[in-house]
This record gives sequence, C-alpha cells and structure tokens, in this order.
Amino acid sequence: MLEISNLEVVYNEVALVLRGLSIEVPDGSVVALLGSNGAGKTTTARAVTGLLDNHEGKATKGSIMWNGQDITHLKPSGIVRAGISQVMEGRRCFGELTVDENLATGAFTNRANAKKNYDRVMELFPRLLERNKQLAGYMSGGEQQMLAIGRAMMAEPKLMILDEPSLGLAPLLVQQVRDVIKLINSEGTSILLIEQNAMMALSIADYGYVMENGKIVMDGSGEKLLADDDVKEFYLGLHGDDTGERKSFRDVKHYKRRKKWAS
Amino acid sequence: MGDLLLLAQDSSGFFPIFLQTLVKGLALGSIYAIMGIGFVIVFKGTQVLNFASGGMAMAGALFMSIMINDGGLPFMPWSNPLAPAAGTDPSIPRWLINLFFALIFAAIMGMILERVAIRPMVGQPLFSMAVITLGLETAIGPFNRDATSQAARTLGVPWKLEQWKLFDAGIPKSYVAAMIAAAVCFGAVNFFFRSRFGVAMRAVAFDQEAAQAQGINVGRVFSIAWGLGAALVTVAAIFYGMGPFPPQGTVSQEIHPILAFRVLPVIILGGLDSIPGALYGGLMIASAEVFAGQYLSQWTKILGAGYSTIVPYLVMLIVLLVRPYGLFGTEEIRRV
Repeated sequence: MLEISNLEVVYNEVALVLRGLSIEVPDGSVVALLGSNGAGKTTTARAVTGLLDNHEGKATKGSIMWNGQDITHLKPSGIVRAGISQVMEGRRCFGELTVDENLATGAFTNRANAKKNYDRVMELFPRLLERNKQLAGYMSGGEQQMLAIGRAMMAEPKLMILDEPSLGLAPLLVQQVRDVIKLINSEGTSILLIEQNAMMALSIADYGYVMENGKIVMDGSGEKLLADDDVKEFYLGLHGDDTGERKSFRDVKHYKRRKKWAS
Repeated sequence: MGDLLLLAQDSSGFFPIFLQTLVKGLALGSIYAIMGIGFVIVFKGTQVLNFASGGMAMAGALFMSIMINDGGLPFMPWSNPLAPAAGTDPSIPRWLINLFFALIFAAIMGMILERVAIRPMVGQPLFSMAVITLGLETAIGPFNRDATSQAARTLGVPWKLEQWKLFDAGIPKSYVAAMIAAAVCFGAVNFFFRSRFGVAMRAVAFDQEAAQAQGINVGRVFSIAWGLGAALVTVAAIFYGMGPFPPQGTVSQEIHPILAFRVLPVIILGGLDSIPGALYGGLMIASAEVFAGQYLSQWTKILGAGYSTIVPYLVMLIVLLVRPYGLFGTEEIRRV
C-alpha cells in the first residue's frame, strides 16, 4: 500500500507545487488521479518515483510510505527495486534503442525473471514481438505506449504509476490501453492512473482523487465521481442537467458556475 | 612536437613505399581510433567532453612503465610479482598481463576522477563540466611530469623494432600490434554496448530521466563510462609508445600533446557520439596525415618541416564548416 501524506513539493526552492497532498493506493486496486494542467499530477508521480531531483524539486514536508517503508528520499533505483515503476508522461521510449533493448532497460533491476517477464510482455503485446529488432523511435505513438508499459512491466512492479497513458492516442487505442491496465491490475499489480481523460480513468478506477492547485479537492469511488455534477462538467464536458442533447456554446457559461470546492 | 613521421626512404620503388605508408597510416589511425573511442564512450555515457583524456592516457602509460621497469606498483608498497627480471625484456604473455593490470589501474583512476570531479557537477551546464575536465587535465599533468622526471621511460615492448618484410616493404610488428589493439578495442566496445550496462549507458545517453525511472543507477553508468574511457586512452598511449612510432618505444612528455589534441580532429570528423565514427575518423585523419607527410615532402621547402602535423587540424576545420556533427554523428547533437 502506498500512502502519501501531507506531501509538499517545492521547485527551485520557491514554487510550491504540492500543498499537502494525501493519497492512498491500497494493494491490488486501481486509483485514478484527475486534475487539469498544472494541478501537480506529474509532480506527484515524480515525487513517488524519486525523480524530483532532475527538476530541481524537493519534498519539503510530509511523507511517502510504501508498505510501511519511508521512500520519500530514496533514489529512483531504490524505489524501482522496492516495487514501484512509472510509465512516464509522453512515453519516453529510448528512440535509439531497439524494442528488445528498451525492454532490457526495464529489466535492469530484475534480471532473475527477465525471460519470464519478457515472454509475458510479448504475449500481451504481440505487436512488439513483430518489431522486436526495430528502433523504438520509428514506432507509432500507440506502439510506443505499449512499449513503455511493457518496459515498466519488466521490473515486475507491485505498483505501476501511469502518467497520462492516453496522451495523444486515438480513441480506439485508448480503449486498448485501458484494457491492458485492467489486465495488469487483475494480475495483482496496483495501479495509480494519472489522467486528463477522466471518463477512461474513472471507468476502471476503484477510487478516484480530483486534484487542483496541488491539493486533493475531492475523492470518492469511481462511480461516485462519475456521477458528480462538478466532475461531469469540468472533466467530462457534460452538464448537470444534461440529457445528452447538444447544447449551444452560449449556454455553457463556465465562468458563471463556481466549482463547489473552490473557496 | 619533434619529427613525428619517419619518412619511408630506405625502400626503393613506388609500391613498397606506398605499402609502407599505408600500413603506417593504418597503424597511426588505429591509435587515434582507440583514443577517439575512449573519448566517445565518455561523451556517450555522460555527455561530457573529456579534455582530460590526454592526461589520463599519459598516467595510464606511466602505470605500465612503472610496473614493467620498477618491478613495483605505482604509489603502493608491494612489488609487482609479474614484473620481468631486472634488465631483461618481458615475454609477450607477461607483457600482456602487465598491460591488463595497467588498464585496470587506469580504469580505477578514471572512476576516481569521475567520482571526485564530475559527479558533484551532474546537472550543471555541460560547458562547466567540460571546463572541469580541462582543469583535471592540468591537474594530472604535474603528477605525470614528476613520475617521469621529465625523462622518457621505456614500456618494455617485447618486439621492440622488429619488422616483417612484405614486398620489400618493412612492416613493423608494432604497427600490426596497434591495428590488432584497435580491432580488439572496437570489438570489445561494440560487445559492451549490447551488454546490460552498455544498454543502460545508451539509455542514459538518450534520456537520463527515463533511464532513472527504469531503476538504472546513473552514477554507476557514469563511473563505468569514465573507467572504460580511461582504460581505452591508456591502450592508445601504450601502443603509441612503441617504436617505430616517433617516441621510439618510450612514454615521455613529448607524446602528451598528441594524445591530448589529436583526438579532437578524429572525433569531430567521425562525430562526437559515434563509435564507428571514431574508428573511421581515426583511420582517415591518420591516413591524411601520413600520406601528406610522405608524398608532399618534396614541397617541404615551401610548407616547412613537420607540416603534416597540421593536416588533421585542417581537416577538422573543413569538417566544422561543412558538417559540424561529423560523418557519423547525430545531427542534433547538443552544443557545448
């Protein structure tokens, strides 16, 4: 179980990005973290996987506990070894390496089961097997996303953090990514799913958090958030009284509505 | 820099001279190539231009010399059980074993330098890192000069100046040894890049943060890159210190500028981030240098003696104007 409590993250010693964030990811569950641009979602992912250093960021307060162990200031390699892997935003495949080599980097901390995990990834993504000698940089966005997920799977994580896996993918591919996430979860890996695509995220999430300005402003089960008027309006583009028919843009008038969590 | 090129005059006829020149070019190119590979591996692994490679190469060659001649290990109290008996030349296997340990020393030196001077700079601008390596180069220099007492030291090369005869042309064994060394280094480095740490190093070179997210320990990759880089430039220095390369079987201050600066045209021609580029760059630069020295010598009166040593830099200048990322380099390589 991952427990983030009252986490504060500061960039460049001045920009306070996370202001007392608290999240829990219980074992075996899918937890969605929603929020608009600049809410601090990616920073949360960085904080958990120890990558803040690369961005001059620092966790100044609060703690990140993983199965009772404090990992707030652990190095990235230690965190991966402890069983947390991240699929980074924008896929970040190693373009000059082949598919196989990309997967090999994922197995860096887990050499013992590399063969088994490799077969598992290839079974899940037959497309990667077809192209296993090809340079990752020449693959399509969807294939690269599969590769990024497969690479994270090579470490056999107990918790996988996915940062915007649907970014820039066609709707059909988003469905596919969703199914893959479900499948990985069904095999016992907890998932922290960071998304802008709230519909996709909440449809598989056991629990969801809505983030704004570095804080959790709302949380609840997936169904509850999906049914919530504000989430509908601000993240799904639907409206409280919406019955499904099209609306004139004139009627939307975002600025007239206050989010109920805004103080 | 003294007389860098012994012109082939003792053989007669066009073909023997041509063959001899070609072999000399390839041999010198092999040395440059090894030097270049050592430079490129540091650049690929850490994005740092390693201007300290000349000093490291000298230091590594001096390790070798001390182990072979003084029967002891440098800066350490115990003696070298593998040293040849005083006053005798080592057998080839014994020389190779000593070479192996010298390389290990060089690699450890490279790792220590990385840990002390480069690691604290990680995340700083690459320009600062490059200047740090310049500082390292200056800092290693006095140690090297003290170790040699400014005098040339022999490397105890077992085959000395022996030659094979081929079509009236003399083919020095040292030249062949240099080529074999380059082939072995090139093969070993290519093999390394397919290994676990090699793949990790390429991943770090491509995207450091994403590599970290896979659990790759970037610090260890840096350390390995510097260790390998130091070992490779040491190979270059040791094989350059064999006759009939100009220093005539010794390592002395005289070869330092060549080790330090000749690598620049090589890797600029080949491309900063390409291992095959370093190989071809080395061979091309050295061939240009040697052939210019051999066949343009009748114009020495106009050009002045030793003009062939500037040929590599002329090539470098042209490459920088026409194709600044080199023949094999990545086009969008970061500027430093």
